[in-house]
Amino acid sequence: MKHADLETTYTALALKIDEIGAEQSELFLAKLVLLLAQKNGSVNEVQVCIEAAAASLDS
Amino acid sequence: MRPAGRGDTDSLYFSYPHFDAPKRDTQEQSAAVAIVGAGPIGMTAALALAKEGVASVVFDNKATFNDGSRAICVARPSYYIMEQIGALTPFIDKSLGWTTGRTFFRGQQILEFEMPDSADEKFRPMYNLQQQYIEQFLWQAANAHPLIDIRWQSEVTDIEDTDTGAKLTVRDPKGAYPFNATWVLACDGARSPLRKMRGLRLKGENFEGRYVIADVQMDHDYPTIRRALFDPTSRPGGTVLIHKQPDDIWRIDYQLEDNETTQDALREETVRATVTAVLKDINYNDPWELEWWSVYSANTLALDDYRDGCVFFVGDSAHIVPIFGVRGLNNGLADAANIGWKLGWVLNGKAGARLLDSYTPERRGATLDVFANATKSARFMTPNTHGWKLMRDAALSLALTHPFAGALANPRQMTAFTYCGSPAVLTDDPAFKGGAVVGALMPEVKLADGFLSDMLGQGFSVLCFDAALAHEIQHDALKVVYLPLSQTLIDKFAADAGTAYLIRPDMHIAGRWRTASAGDIIQGYDSVIFQKETQL
Repeated sequence: MKHADLETTYTALALKIDEIGAEQSELFLAKLVLLLAQKNGSVNEVQVCIEAAAASLDS
Repeated sequence: MRPAGRGDTDSLYFSYPHFDAPKRDTQEQSAAVAIVGAGPIGMTAALALAKEGVASVVFDNKATFNDGSRAICVARPSYYIMEQIGALTPFIDKSLGWTTGRTFFRGQQILEFEMPDSADEKFRPMYNLQQQYIEQFLWQAANAHPLIDIRWQSEVTDIEDTDTGAKLTVRDPKGAYPFNATWVLACDGARSPLRKMRGLRLKGENFEGRYVIADVQMDHDYPTIRRALFDPTSRPGGTVLIHKQPDDIWRIDYQLEDNETTQDALREETVRATVTAVLKDINYNDPWELEWWSVYSANTLALDDYRDGCVFFVGDSAHIVPIFGVRGLNNGLADAANIGWKLGWVLNGKAGARLLDSYTPERRGATLDVFANATKSARFMTPNTHGWKLMRDAALSLALTHPFAGALANPRQMTAFTYCGSPAVLTDDPAFKGGAVVGALMPEVKLADGFLSDMLGQGFSVLCFDAALAHEIQHDALKVVYLPLSQTLIDKFAADAGTAYLIRPDMHIAGRWRTASAGDIIQGYDSVIFQKETQL
């Protein structure tokens, strides 16, 4: 993905999360991941992404 | 503010001059142009007018330079302005040029970015220089100019329209006197008294974000690289910016949390404690001295029209922009240069009065562009909703292991605004595929001997790439610059041998022709300066 497209995605997600509200954002993001995983089609790639997203979560 | 025991202008490194009030014995009581405010914008406007041979009188209510406003980043387009008005040399000698930024998340570097720069560029993309030096260097140039009369300790307290312009009331230590001007440039800052006197209001958004800026002096060994610290130990969840300035001065900039009151944040011990913690984050554990600090809030506010009769609003009097675009000062300098050459040309009879109507669309357009970019930067630096904060935090967390996400932390670059659609530029020629567009700042090119910008005339210039066409253009007001085609010129101007570019005095492109004739170029020139109309 080109950087400009990444920025567009970033902006669209931020706006949509604000639109649906903090309480629903977790459900929204989980649904989004399932949709993107279905489109991606590779269980291995999705598994790698799950591990990558779980890293550095300490806050 | 300064530490306890030090006076308002008692700096560790800068000597504020004291300017006496005018003696008032042989003073002019009128001028074609009165400029209100002797800050960087007013001085630049006066010098831009003087370059066109137009005299001005500059009024300022203070007896020295600004201490409250603290711009430090001067962008490449502003250095062209300094060069055009004859003030550049001390800026080059004193300032610190830079090209690199580094972004850290919880102490780990997640991004290093380079701003656009190359051997073709005469100036670096950004220079750091304290505002007092900016004002001092501009004052030195203005004070030495025979066409500029600067009156310190002289406050403009009233303005009244007349048949020929405006009558100002000026109050100095000896009392009040009237002053008549055909045109008035309001360069009197964000709180602009003239704006209030004219009954005008800035419109737009007030953001709630508040930021502390503190300058410290320390012997810190780090290059001139702007550092952004996200979620550092010193400010958990917050963002800190660090800039190097001349004289071993470092700028530390941090946002206040909602639960931190402005009053407490401004206390000297609070500032000292925060600075100590920030310096620990960057591994600086040696002595430092606190120079100065202040608080500001980020707003996006502008006037609907930068002109009100014979009064033009220039710089912060016309617009207030957030800090993230580093465009408060830079945007104001571009305003001053823009109105300076246009008013100069109209007063000289070289251009028609309608040229002045292009000031608001060009410069207000630039401000709206700044708003868009600054809002975008602010959403990353200091997100103020759940959605923007969640996405920002996701990008930062991912960036620790995935560089693509770190690129989201890259701030927007400061580039000059493109004046497309302005009445003072022509419609672009659709025959071009690429190249610098109409309204853009002319791209710089390194030539065998110097730079392309060095070849430009004082007024309008024509770039052409064919010796016969160059020879054909016979016009007293046009400086013809003939450049044999090179790959660089083909790339930057999408040029072939028949191509020509018309460049304005402010180096913006007024028009371009893929296949030009001398007649087209001269007709285009007449059109953008509104020469075919009755003069004022």
